[in-house]
Amino acid sequence: MVLTTHFRKLLVSVSVLMVAFTNAALAQLEVDITRGNVEPTPIAVPSLAVDGAGSTPAGTLAELAAQISQVVSNDLVKTGLFRIIDPNAFISVPTVENIRPRFGNWRALDTQALVSGLIRLEDDGQLKVEFRLWDVFAERQMTGLGYTAPPRNWRRIAHLISDTVYERLTGETGYFDTRIVYVAETGPKTNRVKRLAMMDQDGANHRFLTNGEDIVLTPRFSPTRQEITYMAYYNNTPRVYLYNIETGKHEVLGDFPNITFAPRFSPDGNSVILSLLDEGNSDIYVMDLRTRQVRQLTDHPAIDTSPSYSPDGRYIVFNSDRGGSQQLYVMNNDGTNVRRISFGNGRYGTPVWSPRGDLIAFTKIGEGKFRIGVMRPDGKGERVLTDAYQDEGPTWSPNGRVLQYFRVQQTRADGSGGQVNLWSVDLTGYNERMIPTPTEASDPAWSPVLRLIPGG
Amino acid sequence: MQLNNIGKKVLTVAALTALLSACASDNDMSSSDDMSNRGMEQTDSSVSGPGAVGTDRVDSSQLDDAPAAGTQEDLIATAGERVHFAFDSHELSFQAKSILRKQAAWLKQHSMVSVTIEGHADERGTREYNLALGQRRSTAVRNFLIAEGISGNRITATTYGKERLLDPGQTEAAHAKNRRAVTVVQ
Repeated sequence: MVLTTHFRKLLVSVSVLMVAFTNAALAQLEVDITRGNVEPTPIAVPSLAVDGAGSTPAGTLAELAAQISQVVSNDLVKTGLFRIIDPNAFISVPTVENIRPRFGNWRALDTQALVSGLIRLEDDGQLKVEFRLWDVFAERQMTGLGYTAPPRNWRRIAHLISDTVYERLTGETGYFDTRIVYVAETGPKTNRVKRLAMMDQDGANHRFLTNGEDIVLTPRFSPTRQEITYMAYYNNTPRVYLYNIETGKHEVLGDFPNITFAPRFSPDGNSVILSLLDEGNSDIYVMDLRTRQVRQLTDHPAIDTSPSYSPDGRYIVFNSDRGGSQQLYVMNNDGTNVRRISFGNGRYGTPVWSPRGDLIAFTKIGEGKFRIGVMRPDGKGERVLTDAYQDEGPTWSPNGRVLQYFRVQQTRADGSGGQVNLWSVDLTGYNERMIPTPTEASDPAWSPVLRLIPGG
Repeated sequence: MQLNNIGKKVLTVAALTALLSACASDNDMSSSDDMSNRGMEQTDSSVSGPGAVGTDRVDSSQLDDAPAAGTQEDLIATAGERVHFAFDSHELSFQAKSILRKQAAWLKQHSMVSVTIEGHADERGTREYNLALGQRRSTAVRNFLIAEGISGNRITATTYGKERLLDPGQTEAAHAKNRRAVTVVQ
């Protein structure tokens, strides 16, 4: 895996806890995420036990204990795979002195899984959180980890706990320690103000990255660096930019004489693939970020745009109207062997290759609607996941299990409505939900898992 | 900031277009405000039928404040500043060509004026595709003006895709209004 070469010291350090108590497990607790309409698994996430008193710049230990458990609960419930047991119903909770749960008290609440833990302040001011995941019916510890981090990073600790619980119960990689970059929209659609904005995957730590003077569109994360590529207008002309998250610096990508748009990083993070407009014709180019060398990949009078690499970097999917209407095409990464893959009714756009490589997500246009769907890279197995007036621009969760996109609501007869917001849906087509944002929002892009990015 | 100035300019143009339209008795392409009062059929025909963007019927000499020569307002009064397109098309219609010939004549008359052609699309296409489509439209207009004898050095073509709707509505009539190329005096 490419990303592991960039793995380096974390702001949050992890230690494996000894399995405190084992029982010969009978049936192992597992959550099946391949079917959408399963009954959510009941799970209890009591507030962490507080080991000693103490206060940090981020809050008291008691406050952090409650907040961490709350963030974990929110992460888990939003997957649609879990039902959080109401804390008011708890009969007893694990304490610092007695971390082994009274399983009978949890079984009485029909809880299948229990997340318990404790929090304390180390001598050096670091926050230490230990947590354990219990299989209530087997009376068995499924996993136990300890995290040490500066108190200000308590949210990341919470997301890492959520990741671990999710991973242990579903067998899939968690995606809670991630961010979303998107376009925040305000003002009338005739003169829309669009700003780059970024937030944690759960909406926390929201901030604007541009001031709204220029229209910005289509931000996308680097898979390997704290970097975003996006398109913005400057002097009437759309151009591709790079934004460094750590330095806050915006930089025009390349010295192109023409309009550039539709940027996306290559899986190794070393190139940006984009569209360039020449005399009204758009073709696909790739720029090597180290050498700044540019290579043309398509040369066709049709509209060729919205390119996206396969995760192994060998193929590129894009949309083109070369066959008469907007459809999806796959080509080799040198531009050869172009073949059409979409053959259903309607038009297809905005293809994005899944990080797992097994599927391509797209916007399907037809029957008066824009819908999000997926198909295999050979074009077979098409499934439409959403059904609304206008859903557009999917982005994958790092584990390839969830899609976010933006939805334009239909306006009502009185002219109201028409709002634009971020939404997410599971690959199963279930668990569709709106992502709350401070303003209207479009063009979401999911970050890779932060723990795999240097400086993340 | 330059973009803001342009934004304001566009707004002014829109307001003025509305004003002129209100003056012209049978001008169908008017501001979005009165779209709701019009039947779908009527609005449709106004876009595709003869007389679309019929600013030629506005006699600028009859206005109290005749626009200064060589300005955007003058272009609108003399030729009309925008042409419209069919869905997913950058083909110039007969009506569009008629307007563009007037624009070319106006540009010949005002040889110091440079223009930017802004290509736009309706919201019923994906964002990046529509940026490409908008550029096809602005380039079609630019090429037509060049063929009519205007120097390419005076004409810049750009695209706004679906980022600057003229009519925020979701009716076919609104979509038709939004599929346009606008000539903007620099």
